[in-house]
Formats: sequence, structure tokens, C-alpha cells
Amino acid sequence: MSQPAGAPTIGLGAHWYRLLSVIALLALWQAAASGLADPALLPSPLATFEAGYEALRAGELLYHVGATLARVAVAFGLAMLIGTAIGIALGRSPVLDHFFNGWLVIGLNLPALVTIVLCYIWFGLSEAAAILAVTINKVPTVAAILREGAKALDPALFEMTRVFEVKPLRVLARVVLPQLAPSLMAAARAGLALTWKIVLVVELLGRPNGVGFQIRSFFNFFDIASILAYSLAFIGAVVAIEVLLLQPIDRQLGKWRRA
Amino acid sequence: MTGLVLSAVTRAFDHPVPRTVLGGVDLTIAQGEFVSLVGPSGAGKTTLLRIIAGLDSGYGGSLAWQGARPRLGVVFQEPRLVPWLGLLDNLLLVGGPESVDRARALLGAVELGDCDSALPGQLSGGMQRRAALARALLVEPDFLILDEPLISLDAALAERMRRLLNDFWRKRRTTTLLITHNLAEAVELSTRVAILSPIERRVVADCALPPPDPRLSGDPMVAAALQDLRRMTRSWPVPDPAEAAPDRAG
Ligand SMILES: Nc1ncnc2c1ncn2[C@@H]1O[C@H](COP(=O)(O)OP(=O)(O)OP(=O)(O)O)[C@@H](O)[C@H]1O
Ligand SMILES: [Mg+2]
Repeated sequence: MSQPAGAPTIGLGAHWYRLLSVIALLALWQAAASGLADPALLPSPLATFEAGYEALRAGELLYHVGATLARVAVAFGLAMLIGTAIGIALGRSPVLDHFFNGWLVIGLNLPALVTIVLCYIWFGLSEAAAILAVTINKVPTVAAILREGAKALDPALFEMTRVFEVKPLRVLARVVLPQLAPSLMAAARAGLALTWKIVLVVELLGRPNGVGFQIRSFFNFFDIASILAYSLAFIGAVVAIEVLLLQPIDRQLGKWRRA
Repeated sequence: MTGLVLSAVTRAFDHPVPRTVLGGVDLTIAQGEFVSLVGPSGAGKTTLLRIIAGLDSGYGGSLAWQGARPRLGVVFQEPRLVPWLGLLDNLLLVGGPESVDRARALLGAVELGDCDSALPGQLSGGMQRRAALARALLVEPDFLILDEPLISLDAALAERMRRLLNDFWRKRRTTTLLITHNLAEAVELSTRVAILSPIERRVVADCALPPPDPRLSGDPMVAAALQDLRRMTRSWPVPDPAEAAPDRAG
């Protein structure tokens, strides 16, 4: 990370501060763990890593994290697609916007737990019900963000493409989507953060695998080390997706719009 | 056939204050004509353009195309280029990928041959305007509408662009409506000059000229027409900027 010009200078490189902060967190964790009378309540970092390594070697960790990631991916993709379509429709048509605004408010404020429980009751403890529940939770968020983006589309450019009779698909790809890119990115970020959390609850309540399911099992056995190990593995996966997927896309979009 | 007949076209706006901008415009443009519409700022020229281009349906009176609805080429008063597309891509957006060779040639013709990949924001206002002109010519329109396309170009460049427009018209006889403040420019390029009065809010004079095939300097008919047009527009509340400029066409 290079420092922006004019930013206050710090003694060490930014990397070092990040490393120090991780070490400090581990030290704090270790101190708290050794301070407690019962080590089972808060296992030390080492014990946690041991539990994680054990799960990794047995293949369980990858299997369950993989199952969770797959659900996240499917629900996220569906919700982005449906939410974007709805958002654009609402943003472009005042009639639809007025009509469905109330529905959107309900959707935005519907507790995730209610959707999940209802989906399981109505559609059974199935994979489809689980994905549906997560998707329903995220669609309103995406739609609300995309609606604002669609409202801000430049009318002058639409007039131009209209008089020149540019094909609709070409208008979408070259004129509309570039303008929606920041909204899509914001929706992806907000939506992903939401999806992670809801998928775990869905798994905890009614799936036979996934990180959420595992956490419930560990909860029954008071296996706190494994809970922490799975959480860390999961956080690792989320950060990896952020760094390896979202940030590069974001940079690319930024280049494209500024360039 | 791509003629256009406007009869008694009216347009009023309610905001910010109620006012009538067009008070019954009659204008007929026959196939192959090059008509200039001249009027001071605020006369309603762009308003009329938007009605003709099908972007404004809140007008009164009637607009009729003779024959099929034509393919339009429009230069808006602002360049209206897509900011995140390079110039060539801006042209291909309307022309399609198959028009790449002609698009390059047209960029060359408007003297932007080395700006293929430049983004609009990296170009001057005059350069953007010329790119918009190239875009309008690219679609091989049946009906070309130009809203002050040569404004903000220096005199020599504007002259070269006028030559380009004249060549284009002579080669294709594309029916053209040119909106301009500049009477000399109107007379140099057109087969007819129509004057939109800011007071009566309609076309008050419609002056036919010998076809610019090409326009010969010193043609006494043209000089006389320019004189007439100047006299007619002298009483406008806003002075005609072309009047102060040196008389090029006469
Ligand atoms: N959408 C609108 N709402 C309200 N008033 C408008 C609207 N569009 C144009 N007008 C008014 O109509 C009048 C004519 O505007 P128009 O843009 O047609 O003028 P113009 O002849 O093209 O002028 P210029 O030479 O400066 O471009 C102006 O007084 C303007 O304020
Ligand atoms: Mg105008």
C-alpha cells in the first residue's frame, strides 16, 4: 500500500502495522484464555488452530465451508439477478415505483429469521427452501440500491440512443450498465455481507451440512475450539473473496469509468 | 421520400412560468433540401428540433413525414457523447461494429484521426462537437438535424467543417435541417433559410437560394438574400452575432 500524498506519515510501513495488530489480537486472546479458570470456555489460539488443523485433515472443514460457500454463491447470484431487474424496473417506472414501494419497505424490514422459518414450514427442510429464504432476504436490499442507481441514469444519453435507434441490448451493455456499475458494486458488497450471515442461520435451522450446521453440532458438545476454528476459516474465505474477487472488479470498474 | 411537413406546431411550457415557445410553426422540408433555421437565442430552435426528432410529444399542431419515417442523424446542441467510451466506440455504438472503417474515415474527416481511443472528457469542446458531427454522418441518415454544430470552432476550422457538410450534402443530397445563429453560414450552406421570429414565435420568412453546388462567392443573388435576411433580423431584441462577423459569403 502506498501512502497517498499529503497523508500524515507513520514510522513503519502500513504492512507492519497490520501485522502488529494481528499479533496484538493473538496476544490478547492468549492472555484471556490463560486468565480463565476453565480453559474449555475460551481455548487458546494454539488449541483453536489444532482443532482447525484436525478438521482440515479429516476433510470436514473444506466440505462444510464448501457447502456454505456454494449456498452463498447460488443465493447471491439469484438475488443479484432478480434484485437488479426489479430495481431497474422500479427506478425507470414511476408507476411501478409508487405501487411496489410499500412491498419493498416490508421486504427490507422483514426479519431474516421469519423468512427462513416460513420457507422451511411451507416448502419443507429442503435445499430449495434454504436458497429461497436467503434469496428473498437479499433481493429487497439489492433492488433498493439499484432503484436509486436506475433513477440517476442520464436522460440525455437515452435521448441520443433513441434518435439513433441503437439496439436495446447494446444500450444496456454500453450505456446503462456502466452507469449502474457503482450501484451494482454497492449492492454486491451489502448483499454479500448479508448473505453470509443468513446462510449460517439457514444451515443451523435445517440443513445437514455447512458451517452453520457444524456450529450447531459443536454447540451441543460445547466444542468451543471447533466453533472458533470454523469461524476463522470462514472469515478467511470471506476475506479471500473480498480481496481476490470484489476488489479487483472494483478497481477495473473504477478504471473503466475514470480512464 | 423523406419530406417533413410541420403545420401550426405549437409548444408551451408550464414551468417555471407558463409561456408559449412555439406559436404555430409552419415549415415544409422537401426531400433533398438543405434548410437552415435561424433565430436568436431562446427563439425555440432546439425545442423544434426535439419535436422533429421525436423526443417531445407535448406539442400541438401536426408533424407528418412524407413516406416512411426516416433514419435520423442528429447533432444535439451538446455533444452527448458517452463519457466512458472512446471516440471510435462512441461512433460504433450508433453505427454497429460493421461500420468501423467508415467510422475511422469520418473521424479523419473531422480532423480527429488520431483520437480514436480518446475519451470525450479528454477532448476540447470543439473536438467533442466534431465527434458528434462524425457520429451523425456515420449512420447515413435520410434526415440530418444539426443544432449549431460548428459553434466553438475557430474560424478556419469552422470553414473546413462547412466544406465537409457541403460535400456531404452534394454527394448524397441528404435532407438536412441546420440550426444556426450565423446568417452567413446559413446562406453559404442552404437551399433555403427559414427565420424563426422570437416575437411572433413562428417562421416569419422562408427564403429560397440557388443550390450550393458549390456556393460561389460573389453571387449577386446570394449577396442580396443575405442583405434581406439581415434586414429582417435587425429588429430582434437580441442582436444577431453574425452581423458583427465579417461577411464571408457575400
Ligand atoms: N423543458 C422546458 N421547460 C421549460 N421551458 C423550456 C423547456 N425547454 C425550453 N424551454 C424554453 O423555451 C425557450 C426556447 O428554448 P430553446 O432551447 O428552444 O431555444 P433556442 O432557440 O434553441 O436557443 P439557443 O440558440 O440559445 O440554443 C426558452 O425560453 C426556454 O427557457
Ligand atoms: Mg438551442
